[in-house]
Amino acid sequence: MLRYTLLRVLGAIPTLLLVIALAFLMVHAAPGGPFDDERALPADVAANIERAYRLDEPLPRQFARYLSGLVRGDLGPSYRYRDYTVSELIGAAFPLSLQLGAMAMALAIVVGVCAGTVAALQQGTYLDRTVMAFSMTGISIPVFVVAPVLVLFFAVKLHWLPAGWSSSAGASRMVLPVITLALPQIAYIARLTRASMIDVLGRDFIRTARAQGLGTLTVVRLHALKPAMLPVLSYMGPAIAAIVTGSVVVEEIFGIPGLGQFFIRAALNRDYTLVLGIVVFYAALIVLLNLIVDVLYGAIDPRVRYR
Amino acid sequence: MSLLDNRTIRVSGGILLAVTVCALAGPWISPHDYLATDFDRQLMSPTMKGGQVFGTDDLGRDLFVRTMLGIRVTLLVAIVASAVSLVIGVAYGAIAGFVGGRVDAAMMRFVDTLYALPFIFFVILLMVVFERNFLLIFVAIGAVNWLDMARIVRGQTLSLREREFVDAARLTGVSTARILLHHIAPNLIGIVVVYVTLTIPQAILVESFLSFLGLGIQEPQTSLGALVDAGVKQMEVASWSLLIPAGLLALILLCFNFLGDGLRDFFDVRHTG
Repeated sequence: MLRYTLLRVLGAIPTLLLVIALAFLMVHAAPGGPFDDERALPADVAANIERAYRLDEPLPRQFARYLSGLVRGDLGPSYRYRDYTVSELIGAAFPLSLQLGAMAMALAIVVGVCAGTVAALQQGTYLDRTVMAFSMTGISIPVFVVAPVLVLFFAVKLHWLPAGWSSSAGASRMVLPVITLALPQIAYIARLTRASMIDVLGRDFIRTARAQGLGTLTVVRLHALKPAMLPVLSYMGPAIAAIVTGSVVVEEIFGIPGLGQFFIRAALNRDYTLVLGIVVFYAALIVLLNLIVDVLYGAIDPRVRYR
Repeated sequence: MSLLDNRTIRVSGGILLAVTVCALAGPWISPHDYLATDFDRQLMSPTMKGGQVFGTDDLGRDLFVRTMLGIRVTLLVAIVASAVSLVIGVAYGAIAGFVGGRVDAAMMRFVDTLYALPFIFFVILLMVVFERNFLLIFVAIGAVNWLDMARIVRGQTLSLREREFVDAARLTGVSTARILLHHIAPNLIGIVVVYVTLTIPQAILVESFLSFLGLGIQEPQTSLGALVDAGVKQMEVASWSLLIPAGLLALILLCFNFLGDGLRDFFDVRHTG
């Protein structure tokens, strides 16, 4: 297990370096500088600014400086929010996004697994087909279509829930964003669970358990659930990436001051260091969470450790 | 059994065809222009009068014509982007599968690494760095979506390589490039067609995602994503301006997904490569 974990950790490092290098090169390949405005700056002023931000150094040197800063958790200064560093901005905005993402993920797993299991047990019935039709719809329709339509009906027309991020609304303002973010994942997890549950329920050891007189619920809970969860667990990596991406849209629509909204602002403002910093941060987060999923998978299913 | 005997394929393909024909013919039939503003007719709800069946937007522009143009742009981006990912994916996968051994291992390891990346952020980064260029959207989306294709083509090539007709071609002195082009490639067509149908909705998603965020198609050009974005801003007073493009986008995505599923069942292609 230790060997497996170590191999996984070592495998994640090149990925991370590749991300950082790609993102860094892309930002520095940009035509025009970060301080270019409609009016051209006098040459000496421009040179001074470049020196202050160390943009006059050769590129490999800048990259090395960026990497060494990164190790210490320093992502450099923001080009637009002059008084803040990128790390401070991320630190301020991320907790809210994390809260949102974690709640959506928990909801998606619970509802998705339950719906998928029920559909598998009732295979071929009306209920099963309803769950699957909903699931196909949920997978196909993007978050930025679902979110405004939900707002339109539940907030604008019915007034059940707040439309935006008003501080007077309390916890109810989390409801729509979390549901929106979770919906496509619920759909996908339900599909995965149904397929693997049907597969597992057909195996010999389930028949043995049933032959011993165990009830359906007990069989599912004690015998079928764990092996049926393996495909779902391996989907957690892509699910995390999808939730991170989805949170960008959801935060934009609901006006939630999280990291996703910051990212879009930074992109539209061409705040190079902030965009670069957030991309690197997101990539590191996704690589790290994927790593955790991989290690968990190895802990649950011993076969993968020896492949 | 012909393709049209399959109900999923027939229905979803029929709807897509109908939508495409409307998108191509609609702006041509309608008396309105997608650019013409009319400040006496802002945010008019859908009406049969004057053929403004989708109403107007906040600048009084006819939403039917704009929506049809949006569908055109969305489909065009999706098709071109899928073609880009097709070329990259098939070339990459076929080479890795055919050469095999260490080269294959290294090439697939690289694909695995790329799989772990949050690609959408790189596309956004690209859009930030290189202005909002129409052409670049195609390339960026295509360059992002080739991974699945590469994996599937590689798997197929790997098994084709061992077949007798490839040995026969080798023995008669056919060059590697020619074997790839004339003997391997034709046998990949079925599987590639299926996965292109599944790549198109992904490309539509990325394009509309970018346009929705204001990073994709720019005014006065439009796409379904941009129309949804505009609709969100007006939804409290003009719900149709959100619901129509949102519904059409959902319909198109759903049909492509069903079509891909139907084709996959029809060709009986395995789910994972």
